[in-house]
Amino acid sequence: MLESTLLTWITFVPSMGMGIIGLMLLIKPVLKLSNQTLDNLSRFVALVASGAAFGLVLWLWQGFEPGLTNPAYPTTQLQFVHHLVWIEAFNIEYFMGVDGLSITMVILTGLISFIAVVASFPWGIEKNDKKHFSRKSVPGFMAMVLLLETGMFGVFCALDFFLFYVFWEVMLLPMYFLIGVWGGPRKEYAAIKFFLYTLAGSVLMLLAMIALYFASNPTTLVDGSPCSHTFNLIKLATENDFGSVGLLLGVDFTKIVFIGLFIAFAIKIPMFPFHTWLPDAHVEAPTPISVILAGILLKMGIYGILRINYSILPEATVWARYAIAVFGTINIVYAAFVCMAQKDLKKLIAYSSVSHMGFCLLGMAAFTEQGITGAVYQMWNHGIISPALFLLAGVIYDRAHHREIEGFGGLSKQMPEYGALTGLAFMASLGLPGLNGFISEALCFLGAFNVFTVLTVLSALGVVITAAYYLWTIQRMFLGPLNQKYVNLRDMNWRERLTLYPLSAIMIVLGFYPMPILDLMNHTLHELVKPLAEASGLL
Amino acid sequence: MQNLESFRYILPELVLAGFAVLMFGLSAATRGKQNSLQRVWIPLLSVIALLAALFFGLSSTELTSVIFSSRESTSPPAASNLFFGLLTFDPLGVFFRMLVMIATLVAVLISIGSPDLPKDRTGEYHGLLLILALGMCFFVASNHLLMLYVSMETVSLCSYLLTGWNTPSNRSREAGLKYVLYGGVASGIMLFGMSLLYGLLGHLSIPELHSAFANSELIQTDTGRWACIVSVMFILAGLGYKIAAVPFHMWSPDAYEGAPTPFTALLSVAPKAAGMAVILRFFHSIFVPSSDSITTLSSGLDQIPWVLFIGILSALSMTVGNLIALAQNNLKRLLAYSSIAHAGYVLMAVASGGRPGFEAVTLYMVVYLFMNMGAFAVVSVIDRHLGTEEIHGYKGLSKRAPLVCFVMAIFLFSLTGLPPTAGFIGKYYLFAALFQKGGTWFMVLALIGVLNSVISLFYYARIVKAMYLDKTTEQSSEMIPVANLATVVAALLAVPTLILGIFWDPLARLADWSASILR
Repeated sequence: MLESTLLTWITFVPSMGMGIIGLMLLIKPVLKLSNQTLDNLSRFVALVASGAAFGLVLWLWQGFEPGLTNPAYPTTQLQFVHHLVWIEAFNIEYFMGVDGLSITMVILTGLISFIAVVASFPWGIEKNDKKHFSRKSVPGFMAMVLLLETGMFGVFCALDFFLFYVFWEVMLLPMYFLIGVWGGPRKEYAAIKFFLYTLAGSVLMLLAMIALYFASNPTTLVDGSPCSHTFNLIKLATENDFGSVGLLLGVDFTKIVFIGLFIAFAIKIPMFPFHTWLPDAHVEAPTPISVILAGILLKMGIYGILRINYSILPEATVWARYAIAVFGTINIVYAAFVCMAQKDLKKLIAYSSVSHMGFCLLGMAAFTEQGITGAVYQMWNHGIISPALFLLAGVIYDRAHHREIEGFGGLSKQMPEYGALTGLAFMASLGLPGLNGFISEALCFLGAFNVFTVLTVLSALGVVITAAYYLWTIQRMFLGPLNQKYVNLRDMNWRERLTLYPLSAIMIVLGFYPMPILDLMNHTLHELVKPLAEASGLL
Repeated sequence: MQNLESFRYILPELVLAGFAVLMFGLSAATRGKQNSLQRVWIPLLSVIALLAALFFGLSSTELTSVIFSSRESTSPPAASNLFFGLLTFDPLGVFFRMLVMIATLVAVLISIGSPDLPKDRTGEYHGLLLILALGMCFFVASNHLLMLYVSMETVSLCSYLLTGWNTPSNRSREAGLKYVLYGGVASGIMLFGMSLLYGLLGHLSIPELHSAFANSELIQTDTGRWACIVSVMFILAGLGYKIAAVPFHMWSPDAYEGAPTPFTALLSVAPKAAGMAVILRFFHSIFVPSSDSITTLSSGLDQIPWVLFIGILSALSMTVGNLIALAQNNLKRLLAYSSIAHAGYVLMAVASGGRPGFEAVTLYMVVYLFMNMGAFAVVSVIDRHLGTEEIHGYKGLSKRAPLVCFVMAIFLFSLTGLPPTAGFIGKYYLFAALFQKGGTWFMVLALIGVLNSVISLFYYARIVKAMYLDKTTEQSSEMIPVANLATVVAALLAVPTLILGIFWDPLARLADWSASILR
C-alpha cells in the first residue's frame, strides 16, 4: 500500500490512551472512583492502547511489500505514506512513511512497548511490597509510557526532519519522569543526567537541521506550492548536493553538519565516550523502562545515522568511516572489559548493550551489504535480547530486592525455569550459533573483515570477553551451593512467562531462520549502501 | 502630520490615559477604606480600560485579518510622522502596543486578590499600571529620541513606584530604592549619549539621524567616529538596562524578588518586549542602509559596530544569566536570571536583523509573554497558599496541587525550549534567523545559544524535580485550595503555550506582518 493513514493511527493510538487516562483523572472526583479502581482502569487502558498499536503494527507488516518501489520517490521503498502540509510559513510537512529500514524498528517498537506494559502489571508481586513501582501513581506511569510510545513510533515513521526532531524531543520528558519518579535510590541523578546528555545532543541536531534546511535547494511542498527550502528527508537526500555548499565555521559544510548530527546520535547509541549516562539510567529505571530504553531508545542513534547522515551526507560519511569503525571497536572491546568488572547484574547488562551496539557501528562503517545488513539486524536482535535480559534482572530483583551477582549462588536448583531462560538469553547475547545474536554478529564481521581487517580481529577479542563475563555470571549466580537466604524464592510467575517466552521463542526461531526480518530490509539497505560503496572505491 | 490629525491614531493611549485619571480620582475618594469599590470595581474598571484600548487598537488596523486569513499580509498602514514626527504608526509599533497591553491585562488579572498588594490603595496601583502601559505604548512607537526618553522615563517612574508598592515589606521598599538608583544612572547615561549625538550630528529624529549618519563628514574622521561610537554605546546602555541585559542587569534580581509578584510578572515581560522593539527600531532604522539610499553606500553607517555590541551583550546575557540561575533557590530570583538569559537569546536575533530577525524577535516575545507570565502566575498562586517562594517549599507539591504543578511544568519546559511547547518554536525561529544571516560570528552565537539552552534545562528541571520527584518535607499533605482567578489565568496561559507549539501559522503570519516595516 503506497498511501495510507495507518502510520498516523499507529503513532497516535497510544497517545489517545494517554488522553483517556487524563480524562479519567479529571472525572475521578465526579464519579467518586477509588484509587484502586483508577489504577486498574489505567492499566487496562494502557494494555488496550499498546495492544491495539501492536495489532496495527502486525497489520502494517502484513501489508508491507519488500522491494516495492514507490513511483513518487523512485530510489526508495516508501510505503504507507501519509503526507500533508503542516506549517506553511516554514515549509514544514507532516510526512510519515516506512521503508525496509524503518519497518523493522516499527515492528520492534510495537512488540517491546506491549511487553513493557505487561511487565508493568503488579501480578505476582508480593502484596506487602507497597513501594514497588507498579503500585505507585499508576495512572501517571501508564500515561507516560504511552506518550513515550507515541514518540518512538513517530521517530521511526517521520520523514520530515522537523517532525522527526519534534518526536525525538517528545520522548525526553516521559523518560525523565519515568526514571525520576518511579526509579531506584539514585533516580534524580540518573534522570537529570539522561536528560542533560540527550538534550546536549539534540540541540546540536537542531543546529545541523537548520543548517541543512537553509542550504537546501528550492522545491515544492506536497500540495504543489513552491518552497524555497525543505525539511523533507527524501528530498534533502535526492535533490541536493551539500558537498558544494562550501565552508561553515571554516570547515567543510558537510563535515561539520555530519559531526553535529553524529554526536547527537552517538549520545543515544550510546557510543564511547558519550556512554556514561546509560548505566546510571538503566540501574535506576524500573524494569519496563529499562526494557524500552535498551530495546528501542538505543536503536534510535543507529537509525538516525543511517536515515539522515548516510543518505543526506554521503561524502562526509565516507570521510568519517574510519572514525565510526574505530569507535565501534572501542565500544565492543572496552565495554566488554567493563562488564567483567561489574558487580550489579543490571549494570552488567547495561554495559553489554554498549558493547553490542559497537557491532552495529563496525558493520555499518564497512559500506558492504553484509555489514550494513548485519548492523540493522544486530539492532533488531539486540532489541529482542536485551529486553529479555532486563526482564530477567527484574525477576530476581523483585524476589531478592538486590542485584549483586556475588550475593546469589546455586539459583538453578531453586529456580530451574528462571535459570534456563537466563541461560538462553545469555547465550543469545554472547552470539551462540543457533540463536539470533550469532547471525547478526557474524554478518557484521563478514562485512567488515575485508575493509577493516585489524579492527575486526580486535573486535573478535570482544566476543571472547563477552562469552567470559556471561559464563562467569552464570557460574556465580546459578551454580555452586544455594545461598541459604534464598531457599524460599519462587520460580517464574505467569506475568513473567507471558513476557519472556515470546522473546525467547523469537531468539530461537530467528536464530535458525532470519529471513522474515532480513527480507524486509534487504532492498532498502542495498539502495542505501550502493552510493557509499561506490564513493569509497569498494565497488 | 498635524497634532489634531494625529489623535485618531492614538485612541488606545487616550483610553488608557482617561481611565488612569479616573482611577486616581476614585482612589482619592476612597483612600484608606477597604470597600467593594477597592476590591471589585477598580480592578474591573482596569480590565475594561485595557479591553477597550485593545479593541480600539485592533479596530484601527488589519491585525485581525492577518491572524485569521491565510492570505499574504496587505500593505502596512503608513503614518510615519504623527505629532510632527515624534511618533510613528507602523506594524512593529502596533504589534508591540498590543503585546504590552495584553501583558498588562494579564498582570491586572493576577493582581486581583494578591496578598503582596495593600488592600486600601488599589486605585493608585491600577492607575499606575495603566500609565505604565501607556508609557510603553508610546515607547515602542517613538520615532524621535526625545519622545523615546520621555516615554521611557514614564515607564521607569511607574516601575519604581510599583516595585516598592508592598510597603510593609522591607524587601519591597529596598528593591524599589535599588531600582531607582540603577534606573536613574542608566537613564542619565542614555540622555548623555543622546545629547552627544545631537551635538555631533544636529538631529534627534530617527529618520533624520539615519541620513545624518549616512552623509556626515565628521564620522569619517577618527575622533568623530569614536565620539559617535561612544554616544551610541551610551544609548545602548540605557536600552540594555530596560531589557536587563548583562552587564546592565544588576538591578533585576533584587527588583524582581522584592516587587509584588503580579507586578514582577509584568516587569519581566512588557518592558523587556518594549525595549526589544525599540532596539530593533533604533538600530535598524538608523544603521541599516535602506533601499533609497543606495547612492550613499560608502557612508558612515557601517562605521558603528553595533552588530558586534549587541552580539556581545547577547552572549554575555545568555551565559551569565544561565550560570547564575543555577545557584538560585528563590524562585523569583531564579526566574529573574532566567529572564536575563532570555533577553540574551532574543538579542541574538536582534543582532542578526533583517526580516527573519524581526520575525523571530516578535514571535519569541509573544511566546515569552505566555510562558513567563504563566510561570509567575503559578509562583503567585503558590505564594498565596504556602507563603514561600523558595524551591524547597515546592517539594512534593504535585500531590497537593496537581493542576498548578502540571501547568508550571509546561511553562518550565517551554522556557527550556522543548517541543511540543511554544518555547521550542520561539527558539527555533531565533536560530533560524541566525542561520539565514550566515557568517562565522552568528554561527558562534548560535552555538553559545544552544549550549545555554542545555544549561538552562538544569535549573528549570530542578523546579520540576522538586514538584514531582521529591517527597514533601511538610507534615501536612492535604490538597491546596487553588480555586482563584490567578490559577485560572495560569491555566489559560498554558493553552497557547501548548497549542502554539503544534500549530503556529497565525502567529507566524502576525510576525511576518509586523516585520513588514522592512521592505
